[in-house]
Amino acid sequence: MKLNDVYIAIAIMAGITFLTRAFPFLFFRNRKPPAAVLFIGRYIPPVLITILVVYCLKDASWGNAPYGLNEVLAVGTVIVLHLWRRNALISIFGATLLYMFLLQSGFVTRLI
Amino acid sequence: MVGDSGKNNKLLTFKLAFQTTLPVLCGYLAIGIAFGLLLKNAGYPWPLALLMSVVIYAGAGQYLAVNFFIANASFIEVATVIFLVNFRHMLYGLSLFDKFNLTGRLKPYMIFSLTDETYALLTSVKDPEGIDRPRFYFFIAILNQSYWVLGSVIGAVAGGFLTINTKGLDFALTALFIVLLMEQLRSYKTRIPFLIGGLCAVLAILAVGKANMLLAAVISSIGVLLLFERRIMADEAE
Repeated sequence: MKLNDVYIAIAIMAGITFLTRAFPFLFFRNRKPPAAVLFIGRYIPPVLITILVVYCLKDASWGNAPYGLNEVLAVGTVIVLHLWRRNALISIFGATLLYMFLLQSGFVTRLI
Repeated sequence: MVGDSGKNNKLLTFKLAFQTTLPVLCGYLAIGIAFGLLLKNAGYPWPLALLMSVVIYAGAGQYLAVNFFIANASFIEVATVIFLVNFRHMLYGLSLFDKFNLTGRLKPYMIFSLTDETYALLTSVKDPEGIDRPRFYFFIAILNQSYWVLGSVIGAVAGGFLTINTKGLDFALTALFIVLLMEQLRSYKTRIPFLIGGLCAVLAILAVGKANMLLAAVISSIGVLLLFERRIMADEAE
């Protein structure tokens, strides 16, 4: 794409991204959201966050070595650390450091 | 001293927001750098990375954008794909009517900056005691965007020369979502929404493949969620 077209494409993407985020606020600006919509708003966060967790893990190599073991170990570490200390920073950084080590050293692949 | 305590309170609020967003700092730096590098390798100047991260501010969308530029995609295609990729964002506001109504003139920015990570934080984190809540939300939102902007500029300017190996750093975002999921497991009595999300996500991968799983999972899960409205309300009433 030429630079001029790139600017137009960026404007289009910025506009559409903002409109998707603004949609509920614009749509329900002058009317009360119906009960079903409020129900969705109340119970969709756990649905979406669960979907996002699966989304984040989908690209692990589940079918061949190391069979997603890096991810399984790191996810297990988040859970255990968080059940133990319930300190978000410890859970997240502990597991991330472990994951970076496992991934960069190829530790699991060499082990199996 | 009213003025003093107000100022201290502002600083405290900022500190708490910064702590809350630290995992996003790591994650956004990692994927921001990757985005900047992608754009640079496609032959575009670095200020474009800055511009895109300031005005678009959508991770998956900006990665796709680089492909559009390279492939010389039509504007219609750009518009359609970006809409489908961001479709889930149309739901995010539904959970945040009350919180965003508190934010006054900052509300347009709160809406603009509603990424997956900001949404997940705003819907899961307990508001700290004795602070200005709307300001806390705003700091979370703007800190997250500043990390994203910073990462993408670093990637576009210096990505090729970086000697720190950031491989795997993006796991910070996965870990963040898992922690927020565990916090939500505590705040909801019902387990049904979690099961719906997990099942719809896995089935979506099997049905339409990894690339399109988000859209399929989100749309199907809304339908299933509504089917279970009575069960969920009964669980919560226990």
